[in-house]
Amino acid sequence: MQILPYLVAAYVFLVGCYGLATSRNLIHTVGCLSVCQAATYVLLLAVGYRDGATAPVFSDVEPGSRPVVDPVVQALTLTDVVVGATVTALLLALVLQVAKRHGTVDPDELRELRG
Amino acid sequence: MNRLRLWLLAVGGAGLTALLVAACPGLPRFGGRSHPYGERAVRASLDRHTANTVASVNFDQRAYDTLGEMSILFAAVLGCVVLLRQARDEHRARPEPAAVARPVRRYALIVLPVALVTGLYVVAHGQLSPGGGFQGGVVAATALHLLYLGADYGALERVRPLAVYETSDALAVCAYLVLGLAGVLAGTAFLANTLLPYGTFNTLSSGGAVPLLNAAIGMEVASAVVVLLATFLDQAVEIEEKQGS
Repeated sequence: MQILPYLVAAYVFLVGCYGLATSRNLIHTVGCLSVCQAATYVLLLAVGYRDGATAPVFSDVEPGSRPVVDPVVQALTLTDVVVGATVTALLLALVLQVAKRHGTVDPDELRELRG
Repeated sequence: MNRLRLWLLAVGGAGLTALLVAACPGLPRFGGRSHPYGERAVRASLDRHTANTVASVNFDQRAYDTLGEMSILFAAVLGCVVLLRQARDEHRARPEPAAVARPVRRYALIVLPVALVTGLYVVAHGQLSPGGGFQGGVVAATALHLLYLGADYGALERVRPLAVYETSDALAVCAYLVLGLAGVLAGTAFLANTLLPYGTFNTLSSGGAVPLLNAAIGMEVASAVVVLLATFLDQAVEIEEKQGS
């Protein structure tokens, strides 16, 4: 049971990879990449978890009275979310351009290069 | 071709699965008590009177890292604006005023000010309670777009002069840099949080430079999200291909 959260992260990542490889629609591909990235959130938060701990915010908790979860990985997760959102936005913009210039969003039909 | 690809995926996936599962027992025990970095981060945060340790990590201990993160956001917005600009073979159509169901209109217009204030509250209290510039900025920017749901695109465009948001995006990035450079000019280090008094623990003005950096990020994220959504909405609503091209 101790490694279950890590296995969940691995599972989410692999599901995302499967979707990426078999995708027939570029918008769906971008969604699958977000799923892969979600695996890293699960992994980071699982690494920082501590039994019986609360959030690392001391506005209503007396410092030292209770254990808190690791704030460093939470900050890393925040960075991760922001980077994920920007990557998704940029990729969707690229997909829009592909759809306009080539008239399709199926990666298998995008064979030849066009200027 | 397709069958070959699936076989390749199956072999690679099986290998990756085996490696990931084998790596899991080597990770730190889930829920364990040993978090050396976390404990040090909490101590440093309390030393500098910042109640929200995550804000302290982001805007004090790893403020330089947040600068990079902010630059990524800025660059991505710039990229989207360039990619989704009006091309030569496209023209801009005036958005049609759309009919909105009355309950949708009513609730969107009621929720809009509440959501906007919530966003600003989350930004302002970033150093005290969960949240901060990133989260609050997104809430505030999304709140504006309730106007698109509640009224129509024309109404949204009237309260959202894009040039203002593009400028405030750039200004917020500059503000962050200037706050960092202020440390250098004062003789400490770039983005070192040693310039301002740390204030009383658990009040709005506590944490030294953390609330200021937080506000700069809030402004940057809110403007960035508005500009980003505007470029996509323009594509959906306004920009059309020329007939016969």
